Amino acid sequence: MSMSRILGIGTFLLAVFVLVPVIIGLSGRWDFYYTLTSVALLSVAAAGVWLTFYIGRINIGQGAYALMGGYVSAVLMTQYGVSFWLTLPLAGIFCALVSVGIGLPILRLRGVYFAMVTLVLTEVARLTALALPITNGAKGITSIPLPGELSIFGLTIIPDFATLENPKLAFYLMAALLMVLTYLVLWRIVNSRLGHLCRSLQQNEELSASIGVNTAMLRVLAYAISSFFGGLAGAIFVAISQSIYPSSFVVQDSVNFMLYCFLGGLGYVFGPMLGTLLLYFGWDLLSIAREYQLLIYSGALIALMLVLPNGVLSLLDKKEGRK
Amino acid sequence: MEQILANGLYLGAQYALIALGLTLIFSLMNVLNFAHGQMYVFGGFVTYTVVAQLGLPFIVGLIASAVVLAVMGALIEKFLFRPVIRRSKRDESTMLLAAGIAFFLDAVILLLFGEKQRGVPKVVDGVFNWDMRLIMPYDRILIAALAVALIVGFILFMQYSRTGRAMRALAQDRVAAQLMGVDVDRYSMIGFALGAMLAGLVGGLLVTITGINLGMGGPTSVKAFLMIMIGGAGVISGAIAGGFILGMMESVGLTLLAAYGDVTYLVIFVTLMIFLAIRPQGLMGKPWG
Repeated sequence: MSMSRILGIGTFLLAVFVLVPVIIGLSGRWDFYYTLTSVALLSVAAAGVWLTFYIGRINIGQGAYALMGGYVSAVLMTQYGVSFWLTLPLAGIFCALVSVGIGLPILRLRGVYFAMVTLVLTEVARLTALALPITNGAKGITSIPLPGELSIFGLTIIPDFATLENPKLAFYLMAALLMVLTYLVLWRIVNSRLGHLCRSLQQNEELSASIGVNTAMLRVLAYAISSFFGGLAGAIFVAISQSIYPSSFVVQDSVNFMLYCFLGGLGYVFGPMLGTLLLYFGWDLLSIAREYQLLIYSGALIALMLVLPNGVLSLLDKKEGRK
Repeated sequence: MEQILANGLYLGAQYALIALGLTLIFSLMNVLNFAHGQMYVFGGFVTYTVVAQLGLPFIVGLIASAVVLAVMGALIEKFLFRPVIRRSKRDESTMLLAAGIAFFLDAVILLLFGEKQRGVPKVVDGVFNWDMRLIMPYDRILIAALAVALIVGFILFMQYSRTGRAMRALAQDRVAAQLMGVDVDRYSMIGFALGAMLAGLVGGLLVTITGINLGMGGPTSVKAFLMIMIGGAGVISGAIAGGFILGMMESVGLTLLAAYGDVTYLVIFVTLMIFLAIRPQGLMGKPWG
C-alpha cells in the first residue's frame, strides 16, 4: 500500500470521525447530523446497488430490502423484545435469504428487464407491508425504543442511547462506522477473486460461463450481499426515526439509490459514497431556493450527466491520462 | 360481467397508447424513458390550458398537446440523449439522464401549472345505458374510440410510411440500418418525438375524464413499464397486448378482489414476477431485448 493511499484513508477517517463533529459543534448546525447520518446510511444501501451494477445488473429494487430490513428490525424489537444490536444482523441476514429466493428466478433477466422487475419489486414490498397483519398496515409501527445497551460479560461497549445527552452524535458515529466498514468490505470484495469473477460477468456472461465460472451462483451471491447492505441500512433508519411505515421506502428511494451510483461513477468503489453525499447534501442545501429547489437540482443533475457521463470520479481518470 | 369487460377495454386502450410511446423510444434508442409519465402529465396540462383557460375547442387542445410534446421530445433527444449516449461507457448511463429529466419536468410542471388537480368540462354529455347491464358515459366511449383510432393510425404509420419503415429497420439492427442508408440520427429524433407525442396525446385525452395532477407522473411510468414487460420491451404488438392485458386485469381484479381489501396491484405484480421468471422476454419480446 503506497504512502499516499494511507494518507488519503487517514484524512478521510479523520474528516468523518473528528472534523465533522467538531465543525458541527462550532457552527451549531445540529440539523446537519441528521443529514449526514442519512447520507452515511443511504450510501450503505447504495453500496449494495453498486455491487449489482458490478455484475452488470441495473438494480432499482434496493428500497424493497431497506423496507424489509426496517420491518424485520421493528417487529423483532416491538413484539419480541429483541435487542436492537441483535436485530441489526438479523435484518441483514433475513434480507439476504429473501433475496436468494427472489434472485434465483429474476437474476436470469438482463438489462432493462431486470431493472423493471426490481422496480416493481419495490412496489410489491410496499403493498405487502400494507396488506400483512404483522406490519400493522398503513398505520405502520411507531414508538420503537432507542437502541439499548450493548455489553459483553458486563463490559459496556455501547451505552444505552436513551441515557445519552446527544443521541444525534451517537447515531452519526454509528452510521459513519457502518459506512466505513461497508466500503471496506466492498473494496475487499472488488479486489479479490470474487471481484475478478464479477467483472467477467459484467463484460460477458456467456463467455465467463463457458470458461467454467459458476455464473448462476455468483450473481445470486452478489445480489444477496447487496440486499444485506440494504436491510442493514433500513434497520438503522428505523432506529433513528423510531417508526416505520409502508411508505418509508418507495420507488423514488430505489431510483435515488441507483442515481447515487451513476453520479459517483459505476467504475469506482467509492462512487456511490460520493454520489450520495453530493445528491443528498446538495438537495438539502438547495432548500434555500424554495420553489426552485427541484428545478435547480434536476438541472444540475442533467448538466453533470452531459459533462461527465461516466460519473464524477471519472475526473480522476482524465488527470491520470494527461500525465 | 359486461361492465367489467367494457371497463377493461376502456382502460386498456389508454394504457396501450402510453405503452406504445415508451416501447417505441426503447426499441429505437435502448433508452428506458423514466420521464414518460411526466410527459403524459405535461400533455394533460397543455390541453387543460388551451381548453379551460383559453376557451378553445377540445380538439385544438389535443393538437396543441401533441405538438408541444413532439417538439419537447425532439429537443430532449437532440441535445440531451444523443451526446450522452455517444460519450458514456455504459449505456445504462442514460437512465440517470432520463430520471433527471423526469425530475426536471416535474419541477417545470409545478412552476408552470401548480400542484392542483385540474380537469376540463365534459366533451359530450350523457350516459350510454344498456338495460342497466352496461353503463358507460358517452365521453368515455368517445375517448376510448379516439385512443383505438390513434393506435390503428400509429400501426398503419409504422407499417406503410417511409418514416415508419426506417424506424422499424432501426429497431431491428442499428448498424445494418445505417449501412442501408438510413439517417440514424434523424430517425432517432423523429422516433423520440413520436413517443413523447403519444404520451402527450393520452394526457390530453384523459384530462377530460380523470383530470390531471402533478403526482400522476411517477405511477404512470411504473404502469407503463409493467405493460411493456408483459408484452415484451421494444415490440409494438407487445405493447398493445400488454396495455390491454393490464387494463383487463385491473378491471377484473378491482371487482373480484374488492372483498380482500386493496390487494389488486399486489396480485398483479406477483403474477407478473412469476410470469417473467418463466418467460423473461414477455409475450412477444425478443430474448434479451
